[in-house]
Amino acid sequence: MSDHDKIYSTQLQDKTERSTLLMFVLTAIAVAIGGIVEIVPLFYLPNTAMCQNDPTCNNTQHKDLNGNVIPMDKIIWNPETSAHKTLDDWQPGDGVRPYKALELAGRNVYIREGCFLCHSQMIRPFRDEKDRYGHYSIAEESMYDHTYQWGSKRTGPDLARLAGKYSDEWHRRHLMYPRDVVPESVMPNYFWLNDKKVDVAETVETMKVLTIMPFNPVPKTIYTDEYIAAAPAELEGKTDMDALIAYLQSMGNHVKFEEGVNYRD
Amino acid sequence: MEANQATPVKYDMEVVRWFTIAAAIYACVGTLIGVYVASELAWPFLNFDLAEISFGRLRPLHTNAVIFAFGGCALMATGFYIVQRTGATKLWSNGLAWATFIGWNLIIVSAVITLPLGWTSGKEYAELEWPIDIAIAVVWLMYGFNYIMTIGIRKTSHIYVSNWFTMGMIVMITYLHVVNSMAIPVSLTNSFSIYSGVQDAMIQWWWGHNAVGFYLTGGFLAIMYYFVPKQAGRPVFSYRLSVLHFWALTFGYVWLGAHHLQYTALPDWTGSLGAAVSLAMIIPSWGGAMNGMMTLSGAWDRLRTDYILRFLVVALAFYAMSTFEGPVMSIKTVNALSHYTDWTVGHVHSGALGWMAMVAYGAMYHMVKKLWGVEKMYSEGLVNVHFWLATIGTVVYVVAMWVSGIMQGLMWRDYDEYGTLTYTFVESVSAMHPYYAMRAIGGLIFNIGTWIALYNIVMTVRTASAARSASAVPANA
Repeated sequence: MSDHDKIYSTQLQDKTERSTLLMFVLTAIAVAIGGIVEIVPLFYLPNTAMCQNDPTCNNTQHKDLNGNVIPMDKIIWNPETSAHKTLDDWQPGDGVRPYKALELAGRNVYIREGCFLCHSQMIRPFRDEKDRYGHYSIAEESMYDHTYQWGSKRTGPDLARLAGKYSDEWHRRHLMYPRDVVPESVMPNYFWLNDKKVDVAETVETMKVLTIMPFNPVPKTIYTDEYIAAAPAELEGKTDMDALIAYLQSMGNHVKFEEGVNYRD
Repeated sequence: MEANQATPVKYDMEVVRWFTIAAAIYACVGTLIGVYVASELAWPFLNFDLAEISFGRLRPLHTNAVIFAFGGCALMATGFYIVQRTGATKLWSNGLAWATFIGWNLIIVSAVITLPLGWTSGKEYAELEWPIDIAIAVVWLMYGFNYIMTIGIRKTSHIYVSNWFTMGMIVMITYLHVVNSMAIPVSLTNSFSIYSGVQDAMIQWWWGHNAVGFYLTGGFLAIMYYFVPKQAGRPVFSYRLSVLHFWALTFGYVWLGAHHLQYTALPDWTGSLGAAVSLAMIIPSWGGAMNGMMTLSGAWDRLRTDYILRFLVVALAFYAMSTFEGPVMSIKTVNALSHYTDWTVGHVHSGALGWMAMVAYGAMYHMVKKLWGVEKMYSEGLVNVHFWLATIGTVVYVVAMWVSGIMQGLMWRDYDEYGTLTYTFVESVSAMHPYYAMRAIGGLIFNIGTWIALYNIVMTVRTASAARSASAVPANA
């Protein structure tokens, strides 16, 4: 028996090491399992905000303090059941909605400039985060965020509930020259956003693409043909700065949270 | 590990030489950009009000340059080197290997152009836009197909352990890249993920952590399992341990991504599952690190004279350290503090600088000598200087981020005696300043080492080429 025929481990292992195909197949199976177990259920379980074609979002049940199920249209804005029927009529607290045209243009600026590398949009359920930023984030709040922007690092503060905390003018001054407003800030100056006009064609195209997403598309009852057709007029003359501020002012005031209610399971 | 042949195999090594030189160049450039973005956080005027070099646009260029340019070229150089020598065969297709070299470098060039222009998909570590993503998939499959076919035509009976790890990387990176990059374009330069919110986050970190697990760990373990025994002149300490190491990592690592999303809107079970498997991964990771370390049993004295071996051993020490630190950070109570802070950045760099770059340089020095047929580097002393700069730079960097990261986390959650938050957010920002400066200096020390390495490698190649042509002249005359 030559040295090469001796088996130092198990027969299966030895067989695998002798066969390129077997090694390939076993490896391909072994690396697939963990991802399947962790990812696939997120498309079918409740509390994951997978709401397409299903107003219950896979039977998600947030219960109020009396144990009654909060209707999902209190969490996610539904123009059919809401008193406010269009994006322009929508009021804070009506529930999670897609972005308006200008906000969407601002979100494109946010992504382009890599803001997510220093600012998170995900508040965790801790006392200090509640005091500092506000109510913890829930899954539904980012259901229309194709390319989510939760972030992984807080070089600057979380922005998930920024809406209404500062005036538009404060944001403009701060974005232009952050250290004029906050001397210790390390954020770059973004005054040049004032000089760039919003990319109208790209924003309109973004709206159209969001309505055809395979998962959680924006309903065509919200991005109606009329709404998309009116977008260019809405965006006319606006700068990247205007758009970014509109986006920042839209963050985190969609849902009216009730004190003491557990929205996490 | 290599078959004894009556006639030596003529390997396809020219493409390996080019990948090696490319890796040495990209290491200098990638870490230099890193030093610059680190300095922007310490001294924000360095953004110079230019959109193209502002932190948010330059930081992805740094990560892409070190991971995919330096890391990728180092992996492909060592991969094509190992698969030929352990299989006693030429490459299945030398032409395809050259196409891979050209394609991969074109992708790197396109990243250098597009990222500063703000063409980004907005996914961390997967920022490149969809046309480049398609190119990556094509070139990656060219590399993977060629690699696996070369394993297929090996002359040896068994597939060597390094090639298991590389095969795992090839398969997993293909899965990850394809699934995570699924997007609908709105233009040539912009696209949006087909997933949103919770699902997008989970898929993103499944990608993010397994790019670490299979590319930066698996791929570099392939390097470790070949070059540590080669440089030490001893067989791998335990064959059985390497079997265990490989299958445990291959099956287990995939589960870890969810630990990046503890306490977020992701369901709790997913994060907890990720953390539980993370803790279990300490065992095979340390088994693997021990396997590499113990390979030096009886040869420890060589650390005094063999500077390349120093790189490899310190890399293993950082591997062991990082694979302990990572699981600890995934524990929920620790993660509650560490998440969102610079501790994470420190952890990444103890892996990337201490483990990945160190083991890659050990392998590159070893290969340069073999590839250009020289006994010694141009200057062995400079290898030692590079070793110390790399080690000290890494330690300075990592210590700065550990201390400041924990400080940040503690400041954010601190309450005073009246029950209100003690610190405003910006107080934590200004407290970071000295540490950001220290981190930039640590990075600079590491970066200086990479230039010395490049100089040393280039001079070795030039000396070898000059010697070869000098000896060739009389023969031709």
